[in-house]
Amino acid sequence: MNDFQYFRMDQFPDFLRQLMHSGYRVIAPTIDQEAIVYAEIQSIDDMPRGYTDEQKPGYYRLQHTGNQRFFDYAVGPHSWKRYLFPPLQLISTSIKSQDGWTFEEHVDEGESYAFLGVRACELAAMRIQDRVFLEGAYVDKNYQNRRKASFIVAVNCAVPSANCFCTSMNTGPKCKSGFDIALTELSDGFLMEIGSSLGNEMVTPLGFPTATEEQLSESESVSDHATEQIKKTMDTTDLRNRLIGQLEHSHWQDVANRCLSCTNCTMVCPTCFCSHVEEVPDLNQERVDRRKSWDSCFNPGFSKLHGTPVRNDTRSRYRQWLTHKLATWHDQFGESGCVGCGRCITWCPVGIDLTVEVAALCEEEP
Amino acid sequence: MPEKLRLGIFKFASCDGCQLSLLNAEEELLELAELVEFAHFPEASSRIESGPYDLVLIEGSISTPEDLDRIQQIRRQTDTLVTIGACATAGGIQALRNGANHDEFMKLVYPHPEYVQSLATSTPISNHVSVDFELRGCPVDTGQLLQIISDKLHHRKFSVPDHSVCRDCKLQNIVCVSVARGIPCLGPLTQAGCGAICPRFHRGCYGCFGPCHQTNTDGLTDWLIKDGHSSSQLIPLFLNVNAEAPEFARTAAQLIRQDSAEGESDE
Repeated sequence: MNDFQYFRMDQFPDFLRQLMHSGYRVIAPTIDQEAIVYAEIQSIDDMPRGYTDEQKPGYYRLQHTGNQRFFDYAVGPHSWKRYLFPPLQLISTSIKSQDGWTFEEHVDEGESYAFLGVRACELAAMRIQDRVFLEGAYVDKNYQNRRKASFIVAVNCAVPSANCFCTSMNTGPKCKSGFDIALTELSDGFLMEIGSSLGNEMVTPLGFPTATEEQLSESESVSDHATEQIKKTMDTTDLRNRLIGQLEHSHWQDVANRCLSCTNCTMVCPTCFCSHVEEVPDLNQERVDRRKSWDSCFNPGFSKLHGTPVRNDTRSRYRQWLTHKLATWHDQFGESGCVGCGRCITWCPVGIDLTVEVAALCEEEP
Repeated sequence: MPEKLRLGIFKFASCDGCQLSLLNAEEELLELAELVEFAHFPEASSRIESGPYDLVLIEGSISTPEDLDRIQQIRRQTDTLVTIGACATAGGIQALRNGANHDEFMKLVYPHPEYVQSLATSTPISNHVSVDFELRGCPVDTGQLLQIISDKLHHRKFSVPDHSVCRDCKLQNIVCVSVARGIPCLGPLTQAGCGAICPRFHRGCYGCFGPCHQTNTDGLTDWLIKDGHSSSQLIPLFLNVNAEAPEFARTAAQLIRQDSAEGESDE
């Protein structure tokens, strides 16, 4: 049983200062480009207060509510993978000298980041990427360093968006594990759940009191209320086999007629992990950088083998993405690759909703 | 020191912006001059050398009778010919005259059209001679331009990324202007290369790098029309510097048909 404490709203700056004094750079929700995005903050004034978001397929609008609350919105366009699995990474450099080539590997020691405001679906996404990058024959040391250096302050969702379906994926809206601290925003302060010894060390100097029964029950009702608001569903019963049984369904082409193969869904997905590596020489070809950057199964070149892409149309690319995410991910990693965050629905420029597509694909054809 | 690469840069109907993209590579120019002989680059130097050339960069489209001969002469003196920019690759903004009444345009623009020798169409270089590689953009990206020259110098295969602008937005933390602001954006249909410069400044991509491989223009226009945009609002998105790129041309024509059908049904 985790320890629960409470701090007042006016003690939130103390909490933040404690993170900073412990040597962490704090990454938290901020407002930029008319959206809530994750960026470094220096004080709680850098965080949105009194904002919510309206989300629909292909639609996101920030709205000012005028209240004083910090976390009354769902997930935005960014996910924490931006920090744990950065979109552009320099892996190594080769330099030509008179004696030949020297090769230098770039090791990312991992910045000490405190991620503040991690939602339950995002904790699930981190666990999924951990499995991809850390568990198996090949460990991504840079990811490992970044992950080890991070401190997780989760927040239980109070106001989900219309595109959230974490309840179907069994990942939220309440954070159950995978955090150092989990906060629930109450009417006058925060309930603080301590989820790790690291988290305990962090908050002990603050001397916050143990939470009361009333505060615990208010926190429960926040999560219950959030659960009730989540209306989008995806039937995951035997989904792997149902999808694999529909590889020739005519609906794949129906999606392909709408899909732009633009890669947005995979870029915003917090579990998509594909990347490609390229060698970038200078003009003289005396220095070559090896760079890794996010790639997507929606890029025609992604499946290029001996001259031509294996998946040479949008139908086969969409099918690859959806069946990997929801079906063959189980074969590969023993679980679904979807956490129900809804980002692929919101940030699809033509509003393709995978929950709707899955339902159509699982219907038998006449 | 191996022999320098003989580079020729030739201009056809264009604004010179793509050539400027090369001159904008200020830091690399001195290094480039060590490796490359600028044999024909009137924009930069009055010293003009005759061919043959190892690498020729062509800016601009074919739009006059004289161009028709000149491009053949250049091709004959050139080992590797690369077109640079939307004009040379897709006909440019001046290709808007294709299919329109050329004589009427001439009368509107010039007091004495009889002095002007002009073709009724503006066409890409590849319609006239064989082209080894096409570099997109209005203007081209300086980095891609240097890469092409470097590729030729070091005998590498020409290649530029073929993904959409969207990926470049996402890599750079640019929030989607289409989803978060409702601005029509051609980014999902357009080949990357510009570094997503327009969305970075909160405006929609106008497709200056031309359509992606296997682009789905109908997918986007269907969505935008469902979202409340009219056909007439969308036409200018496609009738731009890549108006003659086949996918954009077909989509513009379709939108024009829809618009006139809507106009008729209104009456």
